[in-house]
Amino acid sequence: MDPAPLLPDAEPYRVLGTDAAGKADPGLLSRLYAQLVRGRRYNTQATALTKQGRLAVYPSSTGQEACEVAAALALEERDWLFPSYRDTLAVVARGVDPAEALTLLRGDWHSGYDPHAHRVAPLSTPLATQLPHAVGLAHAARLKGDDVVALAMVGDGGTSEGDFHEALNFAAVWQAPVVFLVQNNGFAISVPLAKQTAAPSLAHKAVGYGMPGRLVDGNDAVAVHEVLSDAVRHARAGGGPTLVEAVTYRVEAHTNADDATRYREDAEVEAWRAHDPVRLLERELTARGLLDEAGIEAARQDAETMAAELRDRMNQEPELDPMDLFDHVYAETTAQLREQRALLRAELEAEQEQHGEQEGGAR
Amino acid sequence: MTTVAVKPATMAQALTRAMRDAMAADPTVHVMGEDVGTLGGVFRVTDGLAKEFGEDRCTDTPLAEAGILGTAVGMAMYGLRPVVEMQFDAFAYPAFEQLISHVSRMRNRTRGRMPLPITVRIPYGGGIGGVEHHSDSSEAYYMATPGLHVVTPATVADAYGLLRRAIASDDPVVFLEPKRLYWSKDTWNPEQPTEVEPIGRAVVRRPGSTVTLITYGPSLPVCLEAAEAARAEGWDLEVVDLRSLVPFDDETVCAAVRRTGRAVVVHESTGFGGPGGEIAARITERCFHHLEAPVLRVAGFDIPYPPPMLERHHLPGVDRILDAVARLQWEAEG
Repeated sequence: MDPAPLLPDAEPYRVLGTDAAGKADPGLLSRLYAQLVRGRRYNTQATALTKQGRLAVYPSSTGQEACEVAAALALEERDWLFPSYRDTLAVVARGVDPAEALTLLRGDWHSGYDPHAHRVAPLSTPLATQLPHAVGLAHAARLKGDDVVALAMVGDGGTSEGDFHEALNFAAVWQAPVVFLVQNNGFAISVPLAKQTAAPSLAHKAVGYGMPGRLVDGNDAVAVHEVLSDAVRHARAGGGPTLVEAVTYRVEAHTNADDATRYREDAEVEAWRAHDPVRLLERELTARGLLDEAGIEAARQDAETMAAELRDRMNQEPELDPMDLFDHVYAETTAQLREQRALLRAELEAEQEQHGEQEGGAR
Repeated sequence: MTTVAVKPATMAQALTRAMRDAMAADPTVHVMGEDVGTLGGVFRVTDGLAKEFGEDRCTDTPLAEAGILGTAVGMAMYGLRPVVEMQFDAFAYPAFEQLISHVSRMRNRTRGRMPLPITVRIPYGGGIGGVEHHSDSSEAYYMATPGLHVVTPATVADAYGLLRRAIASDDPVVFLEPKRLYWSKDTWNPEQPTEVEPIGRAVVRRPGSTVTLITYGPSLPVCLEAAEAARAEGWDLEVVDLRSLVPFDDETVCAAVRRTGRAVVVHESTGFGGPGGEIAARITERCFHHLEAPVLRVAGFDIPYPPPMLERHHLPGVDRILDAVARLQWEAEG
């Protein structure tokens, strides 16, 4: 096999700010823009909720919204998305309820949405472990004769994990209809890419597996959407997997619990803010006369409505039933778990009784 | 009327037949692993499956255990029922993260919306002269992980019956195959296999009145042999075959121990942190007033699995079991 056609471009592929932008479908641009604005607002709202103690933690994707949104929009309804823990936006853009997408991070249950309803796997915390799942699902779909594609998301740090290697290798050997999207946001918590890999680019890794690697500007929503859509089409047509590296930047800290000033300069962050995914697309739409002040305001209002609703819902106390702890460990609750459930029930009843007595005493 | 002569079959043949029948009965059952296709597995347990059902149903995967189990997770998400073969006990460790972080938890994580009906077959235990990394008893690791069933057959009939149950289970099952019993034989009719009870039921293999030996998998024949030898000493040993470590059959085990008042747990796995500690604790918690002596353990030593030329000193044998029985405070009686 001649590896040359598999090699990525030397520079990240761009559409916005180039002649190609003129040919992009105005409807798509508008959809991407609306989702980018919502996504940005979702990130700020979720971050605010952590400060108010409503979320245990939130790994923000601010600055990476183009990748998140494009990943969701590049898929057909029958396709599957395999997100990592930083990909709540992609999950929501795919149609999952914005509050249900946050139960993991609020802490009332691990995964709050039905994966089958929108064909979105649970957010995966152990890095890259969800990639082989995507390969297996795509392989199974192909065996069943369904033209379903799986898109799996991972970060630059995740490419160092063994599961990344195994997933790409299985996908290529099986010619499974999978697209791997690496969001290279520059950091694995604090560790920069240079300490993660010596490869010319992460997209180059594709060649070793015998699949094409594509390098794209991760802040250019139109370019990411185009590259992912091409890869999805290629996979659906039986062409096998593609590795896409989207070069972007994590503008916020790793999570609210992180202090990014310990490992990077503000100037670097500011430089990336000048290459902001929302502004890039806004500029293009405005220049082409597809967006005016009223349109910007309408998108902002739509995002505000979403944020207000999310805030209201997250400010309500979640309904918790400790008895749920024993459900769904096994299809049939074991004798041992039935015993432990009875123990907890007795504890709760004693707690309630005590509570009642204390209230009675105060009267 | 003609009677069909029932021939002896090996445990390996019964396991093969179980997969064959499961695949014939359910098109969603897929077998996958290293060398399971053309070769039929290094122990030949998947012999003939690729030929009969095609390579899409019995697949030679790349040599990567995390990838094998990880892709099986995705296949199960899409409605298939993967039966994964890990070539040897110690070769299953690369798949540990998938097993612990995803396979065992997906049902719970998704509140029952995404169960993973995966069977992970692992040949385990020693006694076959294997070099390093080919003889581990890794059951304690799996037992310590909620969400997994841990099953191990000790007879030819159970090998078939329990594997059928495991494949049909909507929960993930770690199916530990005692590799030194692969070639053990029993009269068994593959055309009329006896139904085995659901996963989670132990069975009394030999009734007895003075001591209960509690064991599973590769140590069952050793315990039965010890029980025979003990008759000469005047001990009537009962032998319980657990069959399933998770769920654990407290009922059968405790009923047996309450009858005899003395219990010895026997397994190849290390004693410290091994299954025997859990079993002894459960018995003590539930049967304390019926016990005439502390529950003893006869286990492998707390050492890395020894080289093959020394393994006979490590594995629990008849003498070590009888020594334990002799230490059950008989002098306190009378």
